[in-house]
Amino acid sequence: MRVLFCPLAGVLALAAGTTAAAQTQADAYYPPEEMAEARAALRHATGGARRFYFRTDRLELRDQRDDEQVLLWDVDAWYGGQVNRLWLKSEAEFSLEEDAFEELEIQALYSRAISDYFDLQTGIRHDIEPDAGRTHAVLGIQGETPYWFEIDAALFLSDEGELTAGLETEYDFLLTQRLVLQPRAELSWSADEIPELGIGSGLGSLEAGLRLRYEIRRQFAPYVGVEWSRKFGETGDIAAAAGDRTDNTALVAGLRIWF
Amino acid sequence: MGSAAALGGAAASGLLPAWAQSNGAANLGGLRPLSGQAFDLTIGQSGVRIDGRQGPAITINGQLPAPLLRWREGDEVVLRVHNTLDEDTSIHWHGLILPFQMDGVPGVTFPGIRPGETFEYRFPVRQAGTYWYHSHSGLQEQLGHYGPIVIDPAGTDPVGYDREYVVVLSDYTFEGPYRVFDRLMKSSDTYNFQQRTVPDFFADASEQGLGRALRDRLMWGRMRMNPTDISDVTAATLDYLVNGHGPADNWTGLFNPGERVRLRFINASAMTIFNVRFPDLPMTVVQADGLNVQPVEVGEFQFGPAETYDVIVEPDADRAFTLMCESIDRSGFARATLAPRPGMTAPVPPLRPRPTLTMRDMGMDHGTMGGDAMDHDAMAAPMPAGGGMDHGSADHGAMDHGAMDHGTMNHDAMRRGATGMAPQRHDHPAGPGVVNPAEAPVSRLGEPGAGLEDAGHKVLVYTDLKSLEPNPDMRPPGREVEVHLTSNMERYMWSFDGVRFSEVVDPIVFHEGERVRLTMVNDTMMPHPIHLHGMFFDVVTSETGDRHKPRKHTITVKPGEKLSVDITADAVGDWAFHCHLLYHMHAGMFQVVSVLPGDRHESGAAHDAHASMPAMAGHARHGGDH
Repeated sequence: MRVLFCPLAGVLALAAGTTAAAQTQADAYYPPEEMAEARAALRHATGGARRFYFRTDRLELRDQRDDEQVLLWDVDAWYGGQVNRLWLKSEAEFSLEEDAFEELEIQALYSRAISDYFDLQTGIRHDIEPDAGRTHAVLGIQGETPYWFEIDAALFLSDEGELTAGLETEYDFLLTQRLVLQPRAELSWSADEIPELGIGSGLGSLEAGLRLRYEIRRQFAPYVGVEWSRKFGETGDIAAAAGDRTDNTALVAGLRIWF
Repeated sequence: MGSAAALGGAAASGLLPAWAQSNGAANLGGLRPLSGQAFDLTIGQSGVRIDGRQGPAITINGQLPAPLLRWREGDEVVLRVHNTLDEDTSIHWHGLILPFQMDGVPGVTFPGIRPGETFEYRFPVRQAGTYWYHSHSGLQEQLGHYGPIVIDPAGTDPVGYDREYVVVLSDYTFEGPYRVFDRLMKSSDTYNFQQRTVPDFFADASEQGLGRALRDRLMWGRMRMNPTDISDVTAATLDYLVNGHGPADNWTGLFNPGERVRLRFINASAMTIFNVRFPDLPMTVVQADGLNVQPVEVGEFQFGPAETYDVIVEPDADRAFTLMCESIDRSGFARATLAPRPGMTAPVPPLRPRPTLTMRDMGMDHGTMGGDAMDHDAMAAPMPAGGGMDHGSADHGAMDHGAMDHGTMNHDAMRRGATGMAPQRHDHPAGPGVVNPAEAPVSRLGEPGAGLEDAGHKVLVYTDLKSLEPNPDMRPPGREVEVHLTSNMERYMWSFDGVRFSEVVDPIVFHEGERVRLTMVNDTMMPHPIHLHGMFFDVVTSETGDRHKPRKHTITVKPGEKLSVDITADAVGDWAFHCHLLYHMHAGMFQVVSVLPGDRHESGAAHDAHASMPAMAGHARHGGDH
């Protein structure tokens, strides 16, 4: 049995004229190195702990009006504390007909809480598809605007020197405590024409969706919805010239989970 | 309900200490708690059975709640604590005046108790009353690591009674506290299933008019605040317990009609503020936080984690009485029964509609009404809770003004303040952890707490409490330390003065012998039971010369409130100072108060002992420097 209590040590320390230092007064009674360790542990646990988070904001099967079926994911994860985090984000579209990715990108971002509701995020994005190999520097903000719009806006500067931007926003309407209707919009913009990607300069596309999810648990919510997309401006012209559709509609069914 | 009581009997497994068992077995007079001067307490991994469901627990001597420790004032007690867990543990003796190295807070007063080791606590018992003990390591407390302490006075007890029961209220989660905390950190509304919905909006619009309903939604939306954030953890994951029993297990205490029954209520929950009442039996409060108070009769009281109240009830009918303990957000309840014979039950009243936050909770006062107390009361009235509730629409005038003219209202409030003084200052870091600091916080010591404004019966307020004994230290404070309770609910960040403990550099320093006024400003939208170890708060319920201010170890600071307590810094050492909502503490709402030996420092009290309070108010901001 180890008895830590040692009043004698305290008396001796005080008698020896040890100055009582704020926050380390227990060192007079217990081994100072053990106290230092315990203090560090308490400090870390009390607001400084780091954790891991994963979310599928969208993980869905799309049945598009052009008869294509697409598996889409829009997932993110972070590791860190309450202020500084490492984010990983990935978006992909996988065509079931062609058995190939039409789009596959991944981002690694350092994120810092810069205000009560916003994080500043910076890092890199790598596009595996389309046009394998493009890499971008990323600068973005993510957070909650007044009136509860969740937004994620970023600028991308590619290794080819092209500047593009994306803005996503989502809003939750609680129909009941568990049934949530979520409108969602995504807008893309490019400073330059990028012919090999079919992108013209200016605003290029808008996607708008409406998803209805049921939170069986907050962390587990299947959903159904519709998604409408349209290419316009120069980007629309490029698509039209190539004989591609400039708009599309899809029924979607998916699963939103987080842990 | 008869079958529920029978189930309760079956569920009273060996895990429940004898005093917490139902029916006849619970009679304190017929049973012996652990008493004496030397105790062996073994902390171990165990299980618990609540309303028929089995879950994991950390227990002491295999019991949940932990054994009732019965001491006598003036004794020296020795407690040998054996840790059989595979992690560190600790016991903190809540509310006890003792040498700080015996206080049991790992990382502040001792290193903690390692797995397989034994720690011996030894200290003199210098007080009497109802207290409790619990783990101060991680989130162990919510797993069952808590128990009651009753200290019999050395002399005559001024409270006369024929029979007594300890009533330990607590909350338990089958998910486990670490998982619940983790989910809140990731999504703070995980457990709020009482949010305002689209149908609620239409109900409000048809009741109040579209314009008003819309303005109200826009106002809350603009602040990114949720008026239904009453509790961050709710019955969606919590089971509320009386002496370890769920509502169906129905802990029952027996009485003979006509007896004076003393109930020692301890809120040992991790995250739950309770509304406590017998629907048809008044309670006379005789003790608060272990110290006797002048008797005051109430129909109900609200108390936060770590607070205790002793009450006397006199059931004179030959029938059962239901003890109803709603959680503050009314998402669930704990329930017990007082009955003349085992197996008797009384109806359990339905949960009342949940309260919602008001502008007063946001620390925004209403300048246009000129500070009349009646107007404040009107403002504090709850807003309609979704559909269905029918409040006088006049009560909503205040909200309406706020919605229409938010900016102007703030300016009014800032100019006038709640008491006609300067606007509230916030001399602490802002940043991501601080949202909506209170602009015009007011004292709410005379208010009963969220949702009890219109209870229809007398509800205890702090200003009802008058210490039975004269206060031991009548010196005016020599200086004032102001601490702000700060948060960002969205990010689940909780702190003092905008700085989580993990980032804190310096402790709060008191000097031995000084008399300090601690003023707390609640910038958050939730009540926080604030606890200082080692020293009592003399709650400043009135100014100038009141010798019977209530003295508490834990005080619940309401949202948007500014209140003061006076402290005699007579306990040299390092002491924990924190919110007793366990997750708020764990998230960072924690500090260390270091009381430094007086002979090495100038004592502020010696110089300023005669400083008058008005003069002091001018120096009020000096404390915000940490």
